[in-house]
Amino acid sequence: MNDKITISKNKRHLLTLLFFVVALLLIAFANGSVNSYIRRILNLCAIYTILGLSMNLVNGFTGLFSLGQAGFMAIGAYAVAIFTIPIEQRVALYYLEPIHPAIAGIQLPFVVAMLLGGMLAAVVAFLIGAPVLRLRGDYLAIATLGFSEIIRIVFTNLQNITNGALGIKSIPSVTSGTLWWTFSVAILTLVFMRLLIKSSYGRAFKAIREDDIAAEAMGINLFRHKVLSFVIGAFFAGIAGGLYAALLGTVDPKQFYFPLTYNFLLIIVLGGMGSFSGTVIGAFLVTAGLEFLRVMDEPLSIGGMAIPLFRPGLRMVVFSICLMLIVLFYNRGIMGDKEFTWEGILGFPKAVKRKFSRGPAKDGGGKV
Amino acid sequence: MSVLYAKNATIRFGGVVAVNDFSFEVNQGEIVALIGPNGAGKTTAFNIITGVYSPTAGDVYFDADNSGNSLKITGLSPDRITKLGMARTFQNIRLFKNLTVLENVLIAKHLRMKSNFLSAAFTFPWARKEERAMQEEALQLLKELKLDSAKDEISSSLPYGMQRRLEIARALATQPRLLLLDEPAAGMNPQETEDLTAFIRSIREKYDLTVFMIEHHMDLVMEISDRIYVLDFGEMIAHGTAEEVQNNPRVMEAYLGVEADA
Amino acid sequence: MDLSILAQHLTNGISFGSLYALIAIGYTMVYGILRLINFAHGDIFMMAAYLTVFGIAFNLPWIVAIILVIGMTALVGVLIEKAAYKPLRDAPKMSVMISAIGVSYLLQNLATYLFTGRPMSFPSLPLLTTPMTIGSVTMLPLTIVTPVTTLLLLGVLLFVINRTKLGMAMRAVSRDYETAKLMGVKINQVISYTFAIGSALAAIGAILWGMKYPQVAPTMGVTPGLKCFIAAVVGGIGNVKGAVLGGFILGMVEILLVAFMPSLSGYRDAFAFVMLIVILLVKPTGLLGEKVTEKV
Repeated sequence: MNDKITISKNKRHLLTLLFFVVALLLIAFANGSVNSYIRRILNLCAIYTILGLSMNLVNGFTGLFSLGQAGFMAIGAYAVAIFTIPIEQRVALYYLEPIHPAIAGIQLPFVVAMLLGGMLAAVVAFLIGAPVLRLRGDYLAIATLGFSEIIRIVFTNLQNITNGALGIKSIPSVTSGTLWWTFSVAILTLVFMRLLIKSSYGRAFKAIREDDIAAEAMGINLFRHKVLSFVIGAFFAGIAGGLYAALLGTVDPKQFYFPLTYNFLLIIVLGGMGSFSGTVIGAFLVTAGLEFLRVMDEPLSIGGMAIPLFRPGLRMVVFSICLMLIVLFYNRGIMGDKEFTWEGILGFPKAVKRKFSRGPAKDGGGKV
Repeated sequence: MSVLYAKNATIRFGGVVAVNDFSFEVNQGEIVALIGPNGAGKTTAFNIITGVYSPTAGDVYFDADNSGNSLKITGLSPDRITKLGMARTFQNIRLFKNLTVLENVLIAKHLRMKSNFLSAAFTFPWARKEERAMQEEALQLLKELKLDSAKDEISSSLPYGMQRRLEIARALATQPRLLLLDEPAAGMNPQETEDLTAFIRSIREKYDLTVFMIEHHMDLVMEISDRIYVLDFGEMIAHGTAEEVQNNPRVMEAYLGVEADA
Repeated sequence: MDLSILAQHLTNGISFGSLYALIAIGYTMVYGILRLINFAHGDIFMMAAYLTVFGIAFNLPWIVAIILVIGMTALVGVLIEKAAYKPLRDAPKMSVMISAIGVSYLLQNLATYLFTGRPMSFPSLPLLTTPMTIGSVTMLPLTIVTPVTTLLLLGVLLFVINRTKLGMAMRAVSRDYETAKLMGVKINQVISYTFAIGSALAAIGAILWGMKYPQVAPTMGVTPGLKCFIAAVVGGIGNVKGAVLGGFILGMVEILLVAFMPSLSGYRDAFAFVMLIVILLVKPTGLLGEKVTEKV
């Protein structure tokens, strides 16, 4: 019995358009009315969404266990940091060792720097991918982690390019005053990801995840497709890094220590590893959750009695415990591998009704 | 005309010689069977042919375009070989479990796609045309193999017989010249095996195929094969038509482990 | 180059390498049995260091503290396996690895919460940490004790693995998990012992490490943990002798790198990763590892 609803293509397009209009209105409203604290959190949510999407493409959809997002994010962040700071300020910034002459004079508008960051990350991913993507699952994880660390260590040491461990401050915070930068990039990323996955290449990625030997037997060049997925993921991680740098206003290598990648891992596991809709939900939940858990870092007193548990660090302990619980008991995540579709949303009331009306109607006359 | 042939294919895993000096030939339009006791090296031989393993010695040749010129395919990767026109199924079904029936078949069409990922994602006109053609061909194939009613079902939820049929459909979607079937009748009852026999005959007809098949169900093998190769402990011990092989004492000994006249 | 200085560097390298070896063994044993990278292993090492700090702070005699720490760490290792890895034994590989990452993260955050992020000082044992002079070389007794301990423990471990029933069970499980289970090997016991031994060795490594590098912080296990896993891979994952070999190589190379090319010393940590990439490309099964072909 198939009473799933079908919606005509035109109706679907109309609904999607409507959805975008509503979303844009919401963003505009929020942009005008929230204070800077909430704005910062929302901006972070959007940035983490982009990172989650990029990681889900590689890990969740293509089945590659990559732990290298932090490194690619760093590349994008530094690209924006280095190239958007006004030239006059650079001398003062690079006080330990002067900035390398080749880049000293280059100043780029934010968008260009951000895209450059994405491209650079993609190039690095391509170079890394060549040797590393031939490796089996767990080795791939360690190798990508290793490269992420290598990138970070290199950045810590290239004093005349990245200012080393001192980091770079006073980056023009283009994205922090408004929600539009981060949200529009996030929306564009989501749209692109959805389109990519629906295409034949997206199916090829999923095939590799399901059974790479069978995928290869069906004519899919594993290496080329793995690299493609990896590079696209890195590109968006770089873009997100650029937005991040402009949001925070400072970057330094310690921000990109590989446990940062664990945050994104949590996002995609929580949301569901094969679902972009889930990633968006996961990103918002995790980012907002992390913020609101901050209360746990402050001493709490109820009725004048100080509760000894609440002090700095509790937030992260609770966060880690949540991660463990999700991995152990809920590892398909919120959305599993399903996406929000109009058929699903509009069919929801019907599905609920169906569930509740199931169950045998016992007539009273059954005599045994 | 020879579609596929191998000369002295040998493969060694550490100390074990899994396939030893195996030479064979499959001609256009034939259905050739590869039989032998369990562990004889049949799937290993298939893996050599399809590029999963590289042989330690020997070569495999494939006539990809019906030109009479055979290309040496030894050591090529599986996806290259499939692109040349050879497709296979697996002994333990390897469907894309969590994907739908239609998706399984569509994936097998990806190898012919000429558009790059950007064109495909943004549905540029040429890419859209390709995608539409792929969808039509896939649906057509499913219809011909009587799987279209299940096209949106998750492949792992299908009954066993349909899964095997889907695997064959998926292989056919790559538009092969040569189809390698690894134990297509495994786990089937006599009725299903009979249906499969007729099915293989019909697809050979319909898609102008050559078939090389590993099989244990002797009724299927004897019924349908033009020629049979017999492997035992990695070596070919017999080769010929069904009658020739049936009456070969070495074959009987290999299967039953006793002298033929005991 | 002054010979005595070279000798000093070499002995430092061997000593440092044996610390890595002790930790690497834990990784390789767990991977050999479960095909799991125990990301939390480095943090178990860190916990052992903290336990020692507190043990001595409570004025326990050193011998008692050492035994307690080793025992407790072994217990922690076993508990982690039961709580975080056992439930996921049938889940896809990625899930277990994420769980391991989660445990690692949890342990670090727990340590930060309990002990604050500020580094603590590891207690010193004057017996081992007062410098002594042999010939023209000045060194700590610790520098000799460390590799000797490692080699002794390696000997004991190899004996257990090759000559005892438990060891045979371990070898069986790492060779073929399914068959071992069917043959009646008590899988859970074997796994628990594996984690216990690995964690105990990490604890010994932590104690020796702490005496040499007295800074104890919640993240102290992260980088050594990762590097030691790399050492295990280099030596041949699943192979105990390989882990020790890999540990020595890595430790030696790091010390010599800093000694002879001081300008590159900032890249010291990166070196392990470079070595990893190289070995994975050239001989992925590691120096002492054996080739395993996947059945299609």
